[in-house]
Amino acid sequence: MLQTFAIYVENKPGVLNRVASLFRRRAFNIESLTVGHTEHPGVSRMTVVVDTDEYGARRLEANLYKLVPVQRVDNITAVPSIARDLALIKVAAIGDARTHVMQLVDVYRARIVDVSPESLVIETTGTEDKIDSLVEVLRPYGVIEMVRTGRVAMARGAVPARRGADGSRLAAAAEGPDRGDVSGDAV
Amino acid sequence: MTLTGAQILWESLLREGVTDVFGYPGGAILPAYDAMLGYPIRHILVRHEQGATHMADGYARASGRVGVAIATSGPGSTNMVTGIATAMMDSSPIVCITGQVGSRLIGSDAFQETDITGITLPITKHNYLVTSAADVAPSVREAFAIARSGRPGPVLLDITKDAQQASCEVDWDAAEPHLTEAQDDALPGDGDHRDAIALINGAERPLILAGHGVMLSGAEQEVIALAERARIPMAVTLLGIGGVPANHPLNLGMMGMHGEAWVNTAIQEADLLIALGMRFDDRVTGNLKTYALGARKIHVDIDRAELNKNVRVDVAIASDLRSALTEWLRHVTPTDRSAWLTHIDSLKGDSAVRDIQNLPDDGHLYAAHVINDLWRLTAGNALVVTDVGQHQMWEAQYYKHQRPRSLITSGGLGTMGFALPAAIGAKVACPDAEVWVVAGDGGFQMTMPELATIVQEGLDVNIAIINNGYLGMVRQWQEFFYERRYAATPISGPDFVKLAEAFGLWGRAVDRRADVADAVNTARRQARAALIDFRVEQEDTVYPMVPAGADLHKMIRRPSPIVETAAD
Repeated sequence: MLQTFAIYVENKPGVLNRVASLFRRRAFNIESLTVGHTEHPGVSRMTVVVDTDEYGARRLEANLYKLVPVQRVDNITAVPSIARDLALIKVAAIGDARTHVMQLVDVYRARIVDVSPESLVIETTGTEDKIDSLVEVLRPYGVIEMVRTGRVAMARGAVPARRGADGSRLAAAAEGPDRGDVSGDAV
Repeated sequence: MTLTGAQILWESLLREGVTDVFGYPGGAILPAYDAMLGYPIRHILVRHEQGATHMADGYARASGRVGVAIATSGPGSTNMVTGIATAMMDSSPIVCITGQVGSRLIGSDAFQETDITGITLPITKHNYLVTSAADVAPSVREAFAIARSGRPGPVLLDITKDAQQASCEVDWDAAEPHLTEAQDDALPGDGDHRDAIALINGAERPLILAGHGVMLSGAEQEVIALAERARIPMAVTLLGIGGVPANHPLNLGMMGMHGEAWVNTAIQEADLLIALGMRFDDRVTGNLKTYALGARKIHVDIDRAELNKNVRVDVAIASDLRSALTEWLRHVTPTDRSAWLTHIDSLKGDSAVRDIQNLPDDGHLYAAHVINDLWRLTAGNALVVTDVGQHQMWEAQYYKHQRPRSLITSGGLGTMGFALPAAIGAKVACPDAEVWVVAGDGGFQMTMPELATIVQEGLDVNIAIINNGYLGMVRQWQEFFYERRYAATPISGPDFVKLAEAFGLWGRAVDRRADVADAVNTARRQARAALIDFRVEQEDTVYPMVPAGADLHKMIRRPSPIVETAAD
């Protein structure tokens, strides 16, 4: 099944390579990987989606912790969470088609962010399912180009996500002296 | 205090307690070498950078201290790759320092530039590209902390030439490592310990599987205490040899592919496996689908990633072994397990101890004889460093190690050419130890230029070449699994005695059983390094053997007429 990890890493050169290399080295296929800044300077957050079972997920998590720049790993697969994907879709839209496409954009609560005589660029944010669905309905009009960010995810509620399965790690994390910089103010 | 990056490097090494480094100079590391002359650190000049890494590894394994290897950029650094991978697989703490081209040249394909941090990323615990003098001290501090902590392993520091040359103020206190909590030793849950203790107290046929982690954790006494208190027999992995004395009545011997038959049978018949600091390598489990099916399993390893990796266990504890065992010993109850122990004794049957001393001398020189003689003649007190192959397995079977860290061997990576340089490192770490290399004629030829290092450094290392004119273990697989088609396994070699003499060692060739003792004794009396070329039976075979991927209890047993008699 698809497992979603939130990985906090030091924002240093080569960290993405270290994380990606671990997945390759341990023969896990990355379905999607995003990375960006967090609310804490010097800390980046990756959202990585991997197709593996529960044992694979545990093993991956343990291996990620062995990477020195990795500060925290949360498997948020089983945690109530919000997952979003962003897509830019360039669609051929001439004549009547243009009206139809604009109607579909309304239905999907997407936005048109660029207009040219032959095409429209549509921006949409949502679950991967919703975006897949929008792409499908746009496809007959001619999808010229598309780019998607891949999944970003966050646990619901005030408390930052923790690994669900192992309480000991949770307790250790809450007490750890160096955890403050990534664990947020709600712990 | 203002120092150059190169000076900071050596000062940092001194502060880590480093007294010896193994290295080879070159352009990009020259500033560091120039600064070295001002510091009281012994530098051992190697003949190939692979040798430097194996020496640092042997040094670390013999002493428990971090071994240090140093090389230049480009080929100097790439030559280290095999040694780094070897140290990674066998959890050996080494720090490798490489020079790198100037930071402004990085990425330009400059002369002797190579992306060694990229290359070694999957075979180091961590690595650093250091591009400023100010980063040298903190990087060295972190590198040593990482190499030593948790499950030990190699760390590489790639330091650009300009970082070595530039000067900066050093604040040693500020160089304190800032490793995150995730880097610290993992904490087990208390519940796990209670579950483990309940399983141990309730088991009828428990078996301890003792690995390298027993020694890395310094838990030798605790393992023996557990075994003795609860009357639990122990089996050891290849790298676990020495963690428990070979002659301990509860030590059954080595498990796995070339382990004793009764050990593997006991594993298959146990109702509880207590795996301590070992990682269920495929060479010890055989076919996982049929491995110890009747046994509950407890696994203690400091590396959380090893738990439930190959074998699914009932209780997995990520912990330092010694502290886990200390906790268990408070709650484990003395239990009579004589029925189980008697049963294992009966499994031994007439193959309990192959007393090969009593075999008639049929005019052939067998490797097992040589190694068994070496054990007797050195009273089991030598620090033996083996290469990889048949002789390695015979050593494990016939040299009875009583002390921790008295066998150094490349287990996980199986690196041929390991023995000679690793033995040099061991001798530098333990100058008072009687160090013996046991190597095949194939592996020995991979790193034999290090003989010159032995002589230049005036080291007294003894070398036993088990010379059968074949790449013996590969030949054995060809014999069993490839219908004796000996593709590329017959191997010639130099006259090893002349070679030894050419390098400045004492040398002798032996091809008769009767001459083994005199050669070994004479070698031991030499004040300098000695080499004995044991010209052994060419097509000899290591028994028993579990073929790769086969069920653990389905061993290829030793055929007659090689008789096994119970003795000792």
